[in-house]
Amino acid sequence: MKKELEIYVHIPFCMRKCSYCDFLSAPADETTQNHYVAALLREIRYYGELCRDREVSTIYIGGGTPSWLQAVYIELIIKQLRVSFAIRKDAEISIECNPGTLTKEKLVTYLGCGVNRLSIGLQSALNEELKLLGRVHTYEQFVRNYELAREVGFRNISVDLMSALPYQTPQKFLNSLRQVIALRPEHISVYSLIIEKGTPFYDKYKFDVVKKEAGMATESLPSEDVEYEIFQRSKELLKSNGYRRYEVSNFAKPSYESRHNIGYWKRSDYLGLGIGAASLIDNVRYSNTKSLDIYIEETKRIRRDPAEWEGTDNGRIGRINLHEEADLIERNGQIEEFMFLGLRMTDGITRKDFEENFHMPIEAIYGDVLARFAGEGLIERKEGFVRLTEQGMDVSNYVLAHFLMD
Amino acid sequence: MAVDQSKIRNFCIIAHIDHGKSTLADRIIEMTGLLTSREMQAQVLDNMDLERERGITIKSQAVRIVYKAKDGEEYIFNLIDTPGHVDFTYEVSRSLAACDGAVLVVDAAQGIEAQTLANVYLALDHDLEVIPVINKIDLPSADPDRVVDEIEDVIGIEAQDAPQISAKTGLNVEDVLEQIVTKLPAPAGDKNAPLKALIFDSLYDAYKGVIVFCRIREGSVKAGMPIKMMATNAVADVVEVGYFGAGQFIPCEELSAGMVGYITASLKNVKDTRVGDTITSAAHPCDMPLPGYKKVNPMVYCGLYPADGAKYPDLRDALEKLQLNDAALQFEPETSIALGFGFRCGFLGLLHLEVVQERLEREYNLDLVTTAPGVVYKVHKTDGTVIDLTNPSNLPDPSEIEFMEEPYVSAEIMVTSEYVGAIMDLCQERRGIYVSMEYIEQTRALIKYDLPLNEIIYDFFDALKSRSRGYASFDYEMKGYERSELVKLDILINKEAVDALSFIVFKDTAYERGRKMCEKLKEEIPRHLFEIPIQAAIGSKVIARETVKAMRKDVLAKCYGGDITRKRKLLEKQKEGKKRMRQVGNVEIPQEAFMSVLKLDDN
Repeated sequence: MKKELEIYVHIPFCMRKCSYCDFLSAPADETTQNHYVAALLREIRYYGELCRDREVSTIYIGGGTPSWLQAVYIELIIKQLRVSFAIRKDAEISIECNPGTLTKEKLVTYLGCGVNRLSIGLQSALNEELKLLGRVHTYEQFVRNYELAREVGFRNISVDLMSALPYQTPQKFLNSLRQVIALRPEHISVYSLIIEKGTPFYDKYKFDVVKKEAGMATESLPSEDVEYEIFQRSKELLKSNGYRRYEVSNFAKPSYESRHNIGYWKRSDYLGLGIGAASLIDNVRYSNTKSLDIYIEETKRIRRDPAEWEGTDNGRIGRINLHEEADLIERNGQIEEFMFLGLRMTDGITRKDFEENFHMPIEAIYGDVLARFAGEGLIERKEGFVRLTEQGMDVSNYVLAHFLMD
Repeated sequence: MAVDQSKIRNFCIIAHIDHGKSTLADRIIEMTGLLTSREMQAQVLDNMDLERERGITIKSQAVRIVYKAKDGEEYIFNLIDTPGHVDFTYEVSRSLAACDGAVLVVDAAQGIEAQTLANVYLALDHDLEVIPVINKIDLPSADPDRVVDEIEDVIGIEAQDAPQISAKTGLNVEDVLEQIVTKLPAPAGDKNAPLKALIFDSLYDAYKGVIVFCRIREGSVKAGMPIKMMATNAVADVVEVGYFGAGQFIPCEELSAGMVGYITASLKNVKDTRVGDTITSAAHPCDMPLPGYKKVNPMVYCGLYPADGAKYPDLRDALEKLQLNDAALQFEPETSIALGFGFRCGFLGLLHLEVVQERLEREYNLDLVTTAPGVVYKVHKTDGTVIDLTNPSNLPDPSEIEFMEEPYVSAEIMVTSEYVGAIMDLCQERRGIYVSMEYIEQTRALIKYDLPLNEIIYDFFDALKSRSRGYASFDYEMKGYERSELVKLDILINKEAVDALSFIVFKDTAYERGRKMCEKLKEEIPRHLFEIPIQAAIGSKVIARETVKAMRKDVLAKCYGGDITRKRKLLEKQKEGKKRMRQVGNVEIPQEAFMSVLKLDDN
């Protein structure tokens, strides 16, 4: 059997940058989009040649707003992926969508080229909150497009919601969540807003951010207690409606968990394409250049015909210089990642996986940490697996930091 | 080589901080050709990293320079640089005692400041001839004529022909060199009398052992001679004598009366070579030691603990090594429930404390937890005994205490008249007792206050500077002990008293201090999985309380396209924070919290 590979494709464009966004994305004109997609196709060809021994299990087209691009670009990307890589028949192929940018024509095209999962960034069902966030869509637009997607034939839809927004109360958030649940999507993600430096939100709320970190009450931002209440009640609501929490912020109907995301937590190999994209291949973490210009120029050096790649790699990735960073993860780093990523999932990690990977029992390294957190009721140790308890999940950051070695 | 006494000049440079003492020293060294300007880093005399960074001289330094004067003769200058901070007043006085004259540097714009006066008085006390020099005349705000008048009026020394220089550019520095030759006296002293030499500094060198900096008053000394320290009674054979090159020791055959140089002997510890002590010949001792020796006692104490408990032996070794060079540093082992094994250390003052702390961290790579500095209290017990209290934890039960005393200083603050009110307010707030105020000239006043030492060791100097916009200067000396109403303030975290956070405080300010301390700790202590009460208590009476609420939610944001590196960095940051924590009971307290009592002032 061929070794598995996941693929992430980054589309760094959006109609307008949201006020809280610190991702690598910005508006761009048609010419730039065109050049970028052309570069992406070159990169896909290049890596396809280098990854002949691989079989692709999931594809995720993220951004930015991939759905803002003309549908034909997405089609080209997926077609090129199919030409260059061996893609499994049952592969999960997702695309991230902004409800304000979808059309029936786009949805039909996506479905036609094999996209089988939509991840729709709704963020809130309240138009006043959407406006505050700087989103380009309304709730009504979302509902229309959601129904359109069902009509067209999508059977696996995920909806993102964001909590801890300025001025948000538990009522406001639960109202959003109820409305989303009523539409019965297969998957729901619930994230807390993190106000990052360098965003308009940070400039607007920076004093409140600092105050909140110090545990003080602020006028705009919900307190930690309010956030906690929101999340507790959200969990109950989701559970009673048949959504199982399978990761810190992700909930799904049975068998609709995002396979692509689980790959990240299980440290499957994945290849990131496009600017700023991250890869993990054979325990080396790469990240592509964040510069559009360098990316476009560098991919131009890729010849059309692989036969012309004279004297280059022996199947190793990284010959053209797209990488801004490449770090070999040593054994200890692998062990740490295995734990702090694996424990994000509610199923936790299995002892068998740990022993197979690292040839020693988990207690040999984490005996003290596990015993301590088990004592505090944050970790559950069972015969075959180790996982966070519900309380442990709530403070996962705090717990997971202890799995880093000195 | 015999040196003619009349061709030697031993002098120091005295100045208020920032008036250009070190710059002038640099320029003199440069102009006498000892170093070319290319070789020379700015301020060669301050050769400790820390000194250079802070622009202050901590250890005494000396350098020998050869100057060819206009009379055609070659003169030997021994320039002795003195420490410039109130913590080191005693060292300053011993350095001055090694000189015959002093060059007084006064800033042409700022004129005379408090420390200028204090240093001049010290110099005159040691019968030094003082020649004034007016520096920084290249500044636009320079007003040399006014400064000349000031020097004559305030200090009472003739200043009409004081060189007006710019040490920075080298302008007229030549005149200073000439005046050193013509106006400062040559040393005197009988070469054939029994040896009598003043120790003005000593340091420990890994290769040479203890190196004693001294001024030969009478007699002579050479290798092989048995010598004796008259105060410590240590006896040793001289291994080497020599003089000071720039940044190096140059051995010579003999040091004789009038000369300044160094002696190395079979001594292992600077404790044997106390600053101010007299060296004499063990075989033919002189009858009387030189006057002025005193044993300096630490004024400020604090606990120093290794952040990593396993580094305790390393900290001990490092302190021992530092003590080799710094006889004023004292330490003894102590144990804290909160901090484990560490040392209670005594310092001359807060600057001295900071210097030692920084050297331990920088030169010995130690991560330290420092407890709040305190002074030495005298506790008079009901049984009639008196104990010197350096660690608040050792305070006897209140029922055993008759009364307590705390140390006071006599402080002199020089300030321009517009800030007199603000500075007096500050002194009142700090429990100062007004002594006097006089106007030295129309715009400047000298305010005298008696202040509890405890009130000035933390942040008095900063407060003074901020309230006078930098125009006030401050000097103090120990006055003695006064009876005072003092209480021990305990801090309880999660109901457990944390010994390392206890401190002694004036009774009437205890509530205020306790409240601020709890507020500060609330900010410093991160949330835990449970609620943490923070209380301040006197005895069993709780006087202030704050609560750190329980942490309920702590989750990372969305994972962006498999960017694990970013996630890892966040976790690493969190973990890094943990490393700097101390476990007390089941609460983790950041190390900074133990110093937080220092930063309680709002303005």
